[in-house]
Amino acid sequence: MAHVNDNIKAYKGFRSITLMCLAVLYAPLLIVTIYSFNASQSITNWEGISLRWYADVFTGPESEKFKVAAFNSFTIAIIAATASTTIATLAATAMVRGGNFKLRTVSFGLISLPLMVPEIVTAVATLIFFNAIGFTRGYMTILVAHIAFCIPFAYLPISARMQGIEDSFEQAAMDLYATKRQAFTKILMPLMAPGIISGFLLAFIVSLDDFIITNFVKGAGVETLPTAIFGSVKQGIKPNIMAISTMLLSVSIVMVTISYFVSKSDNTK
Amino acid sequence: MAAGAASGGSARADTYKDARGWLLLPSWAVLGIFVLGPVCMMLIYSFLTKEFRGGVIWEPSLAAYDQFFFDRGLFGDEPPKLEWTYITIFWRSIWQAGAATLLSLLIGFPTAYFIATRPENVRPVWVFLITIPYWVNLLIRTVSMKFLLRDQGPLNDFLIGTGLIDSPIHIVNTNFAVQLGLFYSYLPFMVLPVYAAVERYNFSLSEAAADLYASKWTTLRRIVLPAVKPGVVAGCILVFVPSMGSFLAPDLLGGAKNFMIGSLIEEQFKGNAGNWPFGAAASMILLTMVLIILMFSARQQAKTDKAGG
Repeated sequence: MAHVNDNIKAYKGFRSITLMCLAVLYAPLLIVTIYSFNASQSITNWEGISLRWYADVFTGPESEKFKVAAFNSFTIAIIAATASTTIATLAATAMVRGGNFKLRTVSFGLISLPLMVPEIVTAVATLIFFNAIGFTRGYMTILVAHIAFCIPFAYLPISARMQGIEDSFEQAAMDLYATKRQAFTKILMPLMAPGIISGFLLAFIVSLDDFIITNFVKGAGVETLPTAIFGSVKQGIKPNIMAISTMLLSVSIVMVTISYFVSKSDNTK
Repeated sequence: MAAGAASGGSARADTYKDARGWLLLPSWAVLGIFVLGPVCMMLIYSFLTKEFRGGVIWEPSLAAYDQFFFDRGLFGDEPPKLEWTYITIFWRSIWQAGAATLLSLLIGFPTAYFIATRPENVRPVWVFLITIPYWVNLLIRTVSMKFLLRDQGPLNDFLIGTGLIDSPIHIVNTNFAVQLGLFYSYLPFMVLPVYAAVERYNFSLSEAAADLYASKWTTLRRIVLPAVKPGVVAGCILVFVPSMGSFLAPDLLGGAKNFMIGSLIEEQFKGNAGNWPFGAAASMILLTMVLIILMFSARQQAKTDKAGG
């Protein structure tokens, strides 16, 4: 394409709007991070830097609640991300390497269903479902719900990756008498690793962050970090909530950053 | 690579054709049983009779939908009038989601355009910067927003400190706070599709317009915008749909006066005051609206694909 003069492309003010947009996106997170280090008992006054609210999260009066919630959140996120990534990888193999078939569109629709249905509707439906089959709400119901709605988040990066890998690698292996199973495990899976890792991390974050569905299916007494935070925030924002939020948001940002760099790496060359 | 990509486009690779059924089985089973099944179950529940302490009695009834649309007086014996309470809540949700979508478009379009016109190697970095906050817990983001905007919050402190205002601006518990919260929740959904569309846009067209003495804004309005319209429509839908059914932003930033569908539905399933069939019916109505919007947009997309060849 002929090079187009930048003056024709550029619009005055668009740069400022972009920077303002980033400011709006990051300001609340930065402010909460800063105030989580506030030494003051009140959330309004600034009294110097301190780690007391971080200590409070681990040893304070609410620490027991947070510990249990964190344990629930992280174990659910790990199991749900593992299960949904496995399911999504198998589905992606069928969708990308399975030729054309009648139910392809329907399968894709089913996989993206959790993205199309509003979250609150999924939450209501799941609650009703567990109620109807007489399943007591608790840890298991949260886990099952998370596995289901994490599938599309794992599926998208995985199938995108698989579409980017030519099937000639596997064809070459099979020309050399590798079985289909060997071509899958020895050739396709290693090449797929970045996509699978990035899908796993996204599913992990989505599970760790979910509030609405968890809130509906958790039942009495079982809390995850988001539901514990929500319960606490209902009585007003407290400094220890800001500390725990800062920790949780750091986990998400680190994971997304890893996912970004892993998915960018190209091991097919 | 180019040849591989080209062959991938027409004939789909079918290495694992024989195992297809087994490979798809887990996803069909999990999503069928735990997402599609529950939605069907919800449809059934919306036609059942409510039990007073939550849950349902298995007796078919239209009471939930009747309560949604008609007012039959306190004892249910008056001639039905149109019930406005819930229609108003739905209307407010649509309005709020629309305003949030417009806000996202006004900020998101220039942002997406700006990013798409950066040198190719730095574009992913800009996109990454826009998407990071999306991956931070929505609850934490909404709480942070509330913390920032509250009457004694850092924003008001800052504005009073600089002497711009004398007394705090009340933002929390207004419609605007909810719109801002929704904008904050879903902005990347606007930026990403618009960005993808602008990136594919052929800027020679802008150059041709400039050669023919079109002003820059005329070029934007009459050449760029029509060309990237599919991306803009996709972005608007991706922001509008989740905004309409959102719960956290209206609940934490809006207060009781700015009730939206999400809170109405949630209320039916909390504690003992709830009405499950009514909550299921409200969810069905919301879902129907969303599916209509998605079907409409899929149709539009198919039309543009056809027109584009």
